[in-house]
Amino acid sequence: MIEIADASLVDWSRAQFALTAMYHWVFVPLTLGITFILAFMETLYVKTGNEEWKKITKFWMTIFGINFAIGVATGIILEFEFGTNWSNYSWFVGDIFGAPLAIEGILAFFMESTFIAIMFFGWNKVGRKTHLLATWLTAIGANLSALWILVANGWMQKPVGMVFNPETARNEMQSFWDVLFSQTAVDKWLHATSSGFVLASVFVIGISAWYLLKNREIMLAKKSIVVASVFGLLSSVYLVWTGDNSARTIAHDQPMKFAALEGLYNGSEGAGLVAIGMFSSNVADPTNENLKDFSMKLEIPNFLSYMAFLDWDAFVPGVHDLINGNEKYGYMSANEKIERGKVAIAKLGEFKEAKKAGNDSLATALKAELTSADFQNNYFKYFGYGYFTNTNDLIPNVPLTFYSFHIMVGLGFFFILLFILSLIYIWKGTFEKKKWFMKMAIISIPLAYVASQAGWIVAEVGRQPWVVQDLMPTISAVTKISSGSVMLTFWLFAVLFTVLLIAELKIMFRQIKIGPKH
Amino acid sequence: MFENLSMLALQQYWWVLVSVLAALFVFLTFVQGGQTLLYTIGKTEAEKTIILNTLGRKWEFTFTTLVTFGGAFFASFPLFYSTSFGGAYWVWLAILIVFVIQAVAYEYRKKPANLLGAKTFEIFLVLNGLLGTILIGTAVGTFFNGAMFSLNDLNQVQWQTPFRGLEAVLTFHNVALGLAVFFLARILGLLYFIFTVDNEAIVTRSRKQMLVNSALFLVFFLYFLVWLILKEGFAVAPENGVVSMEKFKYLHNLLQMPLVLVILLVGVFGVLWGIISTIFMNSLKGFIFAGAGTVLTVLALFFVAGFNNTAFYPSVYDLQSSLTIQNASSSKFTLVAMSYVSLLIPFVLAYIVYFWRAINSKKITDEEMKEESHVY
Ligand code: HEM
Repeated sequence: MIEIADASLVDWSRAQFALTAMYHWVFVPLTLGITFILAFMETLYVKTGNEEWKKITKFWMTIFGINFAIGVATGIILEFEFGTNWSNYSWFVGDIFGAPLAIEGILAFFMESTFIAIMFFGWNKVGRKTHLLATWLTAIGANLSALWILVANGWMQKPVGMVFNPETARNEMQSFWDVLFSQTAVDKWLHATSSGFVLASVFVIGISAWYLLKNREIMLAKKSIVVASVFGLLSSVYLVWTGDNSARTIAHDQPMKFAALEGLYNGSEGAGLVAIGMFSSNVADPTNENLKDFSMKLEIPNFLSYMAFLDWDAFVPGVHDLINGNEKYGYMSANEKIERGKVAIAKLGEFKEAKKAGNDSLATALKAELTSADFQNNYFKYFGYGYFTNTNDLIPNVPLTFYSFHIMVGLGFFFILLFILSLIYIWKGTFEKKKWFMKMAIISIPLAYVASQAGWIVAEVGRQPWVVQDLMPTISAVTKISSGSVMLTFWLFAVLFTVLLIAELKIMFRQIKIGPKH
Repeated sequence: MFENLSMLALQQYWWVLVSVLAALFVFLTFVQGGQTLLYTIGKTEAEKTIILNTLGRKWEFTFTTLVTFGGAFFASFPLFYSTSFGGAYWVWLAILIVFVIQAVAYEYRKKPANLLGAKTFEIFLVLNGLLGTILIGTAVGTFFNGAMFSLNDLNQVQWQTPFRGLEAVLTFHNVALGLAVFFLARILGLLYFIFTVDNEAIVTRSRKQMLVNSALFLVFFLYFLVWLILKEGFAVAPENGVVSMEKFKYLHNLLQMPLVLVILLVGVFGVLWGIISTIFMNSLKGFIFAGAGTVLTVLALFFVAGFNNTAFYPSVYDLQSSLTIQNASSSKFTLVAMSYVSLLIPFVLAYIVYFWRAINSKKITDEEMKEESHVY
């Protein structure tokens, strides 16, 4: 009954999803943030009546339009890719996962696309206030779009509000509010949208700094820097706070991801937080060559325990505690989970057999057992583990998760510093004299993109091997198709998106060079 | 209030909503149809600019409707989403790719340093118009002619041909629907130009093009319709869900659901009236009639496909794997929750219509193209 796809199919399908999602995420964060920056700028225009603000708004709007088009282009793939490449997943959890996607379309995408049209084409067609409203609604619509897809993603990281129905062989929703207001979903939305605010602020400051460096568009640059620095500083503090909340939620719900992002192999009480660390090529564990020693690390004692559980002395489980189990602190071993998962899968198989054989009384009895609270909590909960034999397969790529996390966090603090300095210098009127700072502001633009992509690597690589935590492993989620087909579409997308990205960058750079219309 | 509906009523309600989205989408493909006429109608750069701008202010609605259609289908009939998208892999990916290239084309075509040149982006638009409409029409054709798949115990799809859906083109009835959609989109595109553009040359040329496109549309559409009425269809036994072939199934559906028959007839009449009033009576408002007619016609076809105990996504490989609105739907809980969300749709439609009219209140002209700050 259980079929596991061959490894190369899984790899190509993952590669394609990663490729398309990461390309999409190149464009989304700027949209999330810059639409608000546009709204602030236009509000200033409407409030002050100063034409300068209108010119500034229109300039950034042009830049936004270029970015938005390719964001839309890369986004449509994702909406359908769950079906095309992860069809088994789509059925297994579609009853829950489909709803946010539909709501996203009905409520958010239409809002975004209607008001974007007003924003771009409505300057001479609707009143000033209506236009301003449209700009605000575009920003809100964009961020609401993000809400629904992150609710969907949050649910995969921490499945809640559903029950498994053996008849249909899928999970069915039981509480819409549990899905919507799940801590993971809320954390994700707040963190991902605010990361967009930060990225857009860095972007606007960086480009403005370039103008100042070239000694042109002084007015536009300075005014833009003021808006972006204030917005950026507020958002970045908020970003760190939301990231910290996310980390706590993970410590609770996805301890393996948490152990991976900190490179924690052996759990302890009062665990230290590795502020900076580097892996060596020495194997830390003879039974698993993927776990490498640190060659150097700078640790802040007890911080990790506090970050995870708000208790300086709390026990934080490491990879080994989660694999081998730790009775003292109540962690079940992976082998035990695998056994229980196998029991759940076998039971489901028995039920299906009984149905097929027309043995109704047996089927009814089995169904009652499958859906009983006891079975759900003690066996079905580990359903996905039943697909595994080697416990090492339950550990994500530790170095990739670790480095991505640390790069993201490090840059988060760096951006706070950037915004503070930017504010001070613009306040004192010395911004355009600090060549080093202007250059740093320009270099920060790509760094913001790096931080943002790193965030998704933490979230998605860190949760492997699961698509739905503990219930569905990636290997069983994929569409059964020849791996050659997926390989072909992977390359098609790789070439197409790369060409479009290059076109986008060239257009963007040229528009920046051209500057605002005078 | 939705809690009190029966499961079947909820499934039907969602089939209606999905059908409405599909119908609106086909209507909105006037953008795609218009794109394929770029060179036929636009002889000078200025004319092309007008055409692309009148379409460009609307392309996102079509696009968003397609995306929402996908999402709504996923939420309400997830088994269709997983079976068709995962199964007919190549068809759907081809469709997606032609929409990817559309999304950048408007914005990038005229921009300096756009890497590929204006011509390439124009070709992207033509390709999107051509393949987007034909492929989607052909794919929907399989609602009536079936596809080659089976489902296992866990409802996971196994596609039975290596062509992953592309084999649909081997059935001419599917292709006829694809071509009908294509020519209908072109008709709607022409009517849209006549309706919204204030430019002699464009309007005159559009009128001229009406005749041949309408003739071709009628050939393929009537072929599709007549054959649909005559062919056997995929009936579902209401007692036990067993699927079997029934002679004249779709004709029976129309006769047994007279309201659907009326919708179909009114819809077809609307499209014809839009065409006739434009060609023979010099009307400028044919777009409204043909547009409304398109919506009704597509609605009726979807109703015929899914209602009255019919399998809407039949499998010719294994009849019993066929999808019906009953076996493919979400759980009652999800349908109810989504139904509450659907109460917001009229509100969404209202603001779309309101702002659409605000943007279209004046006809688009050459002068505007020179003044406007955001021109494609
Ligand atoms: C001190 C600062 C930060 C902390 C503590 C932090 C924490 C986290 C954590 C724990 C996750 C994983 C969430 C999950 O797996 O569910 C995450 C994800 C993410 N982070 Fe950060 N982060 C910080 C800074 C940043 C910065 C500066 C950016 C980008 C500008 C960023 C962008 C993201 C993104 C896009 C994700 C993926 C979406 C999500 O899972 O929420 N983060 N962050």
